[in-house]
Amino acid sequence: MAERADRADRADGLRVLLQQQAPIPLACQFDCAPGELVALVGPSGSGKTTVLRCIAGLVHAQKGHIRCGEASWFDAAARHVRPPQQRRVGFVFQHYALLPHLSALENVALGLGELPPVARLERAAEWLARVHLAGLEQRKPAALSGGQQQRVALARALARATASNNSGVLLLDEPFAAVDQVTRGKLRTELARLRHELDIPMVLVTHDLDEARQLADRMVVLHRGSSLQEGTPEQLLTQPRNPAVARLMGLTNLFSGVVAGNAATPQLHWNGRRLSIVDFCGFAPGDAVSWVIPPEGVLLHRPDRPSQGDAENPVTGTLRETLRLGSFTQVTLEIFGEPQPLTFAVSTRAIERNGLAPGSIASATLLAQRIHLMPA
Amino acid sequence: MDSGALILSLKLALATTLLLLPLAICIARPLAWARFRGKGLVDALVTLPLLLPPTVIGFYLLGSFGPHSALGAGWLALTGRTLVFSFDGLLLASLLINIPFAVQPLQRAFESIPGEAREAAWCCGLSPLQTLWRVELPLAWPGLASAAVLTFVHTLGEFGVVLMVGGNLDGATRTLSIAIYDKVQAFDEAAAAQMSLLLVAIAVAAVGSLHFLTRKVGRRG
Repeated sequence: MAERADRADRADGLRVLLQQQAPIPLACQFDCAPGELVALVGPSGSGKTTVLRCIAGLVHAQKGHIRCGEASWFDAAARHVRPPQQRRVGFVFQHYALLPHLSALENVALGLGELPPVARLERAAEWLARVHLAGLEQRKPAALSGGQQQRVALARALARATASNNSGVLLLDEPFAAVDQVTRGKLRTELARLRHELDIPMVLVTHDLDEARQLADRMVVLHRGSSLQEGTPEQLLTQPRNPAVARLMGLTNLFSGVVAGNAATPQLHWNGRRLSIVDFCGFAPGDAVSWVIPPEGVLLHRPDRPSQGDAENPVTGTLRETLRLGSFTQVTLEIFGEPQPLTFAVSTRAIERNGLAPGSIASATLLAQRIHLMPA
Repeated sequence: MDSGALILSLKLALATTLLLLPLAICIARPLAWARFRGKGLVDALVTLPLLLPPTVIGFYLLGSFGPHSALGAGWLALTGRTLVFSFDGLLLASLLINIPFAVQPLQRAFESIPGEAREAAWCCGLSPLQTLWRVELPLAWPGLASAAVLTFVHTLGEFGVVLMVGGNLDGATRTLSIAIYDKVQAFDEAAAAQMSLLLVAIAVAAVGSLHFLTRKVGRRG
């Protein structure tokens, strides 16, 4: 991590600032260091793909700038726009955009135009081998499976982005959206492994939070073209800046309350309950706040064997729903006197051992250190 | 058999096809991809030669090619040849009336190329010209082949415009279609039948070769 921070201090990496009102509103800013993978997440229509296309030079924003290393790719104020050909971008399109009349090898070699023809094919074959496609060089895209096509597209993008002394950028637009779930998991794991061998900035667009969490060093949450928050997946999931980010991150345990207590014993009033919290998070007693607790912050009590930790912020209610997701079960607890339920995950074994079913009465602890306060 | 007419017809058809295809590519690409004001009007203009009676087109071309027209006078000053009743005029008229036959198949073919294919080529560093040569034309190949065959065969068979603009000068503007008409007028049905059969054979061969060429493309995919 320290190594990565050093790199970010150098004048390299990708720096993006985009602003415009129409046709799609944009207010987006982020950096991406070499070797770093930044995920742009947000619902469909949030402008993620537009940001990626701006970086590639396929569309242009009204204001802002894009710099890659020492080079300026786009500067609206200086009316400077580099065409896509001069940006050294490896772009993995959502539907791959492989050229159907060229073989897998020729598709990959397309991005290596600066090399002499023989070296071009050699390098393309190397990249195909790196994405586990050795032996399929001469196949046309139509004769490859969806997952194999995706790998060719990735090899082509990587060949282009790394061709000239790692001066390029890898852009991935929903790269796994068009393959079946089993293949998706496999490709994701492969990319997660491969990306650590790469020393170029990587930007991933996805609406799949799990995908972003698995692959990204940092995430930028986009909503209607605006970047709402930027941080590590962990930060965004546990400390969203506001309720909008919390909702976009899929956090459902989102409530409102009032800050109370004093600096020694900070508290949160929540519909007549008093929850202890770790600190005021910059708020003062009396402030109305929104608060969120991630599913990992909720622990189900064992009725057969109460433990000492159960005293921390206990809540009791009726189990409304148990949704089995393999080894974990998602539980919805309707807390007495609280209209909005609490959802969290419990190991399926614990559910079975305790004989819990919809309708059972259950208690849980809200871990004080996982309670996060936000502006109301 | 009027071999002079056959050679002239083939020469005209070949010249028209070779000159018109690059021009048609330049017209068809923006019609397929660009969005601009007056696109509907350009679309309609491209189709117009298909809808107007050939004699009507021939009549207007004759007027605008004449030595007293700007075009005719300019051509005369530039080359020393007249546009009416000459191969030059015949070729120019042939280019104009074949625009829809060349542009429309190409436009459909370019429209069928996904935008991402061209964007992928640009992101791979291909210049617009390299993209045209290595991506767009190979993918539009069936349209290009259709355009070439349609233009070639249609030029061989054109009668009305050729008669109006070119007249019927032996060895200069008498094409095969006009020679057939001449032979029928002269009650030389055997010669007319022979030449008609030749045109049928060329048309069948052209359609056959088109089928062969595009089938090959299907296999490449």
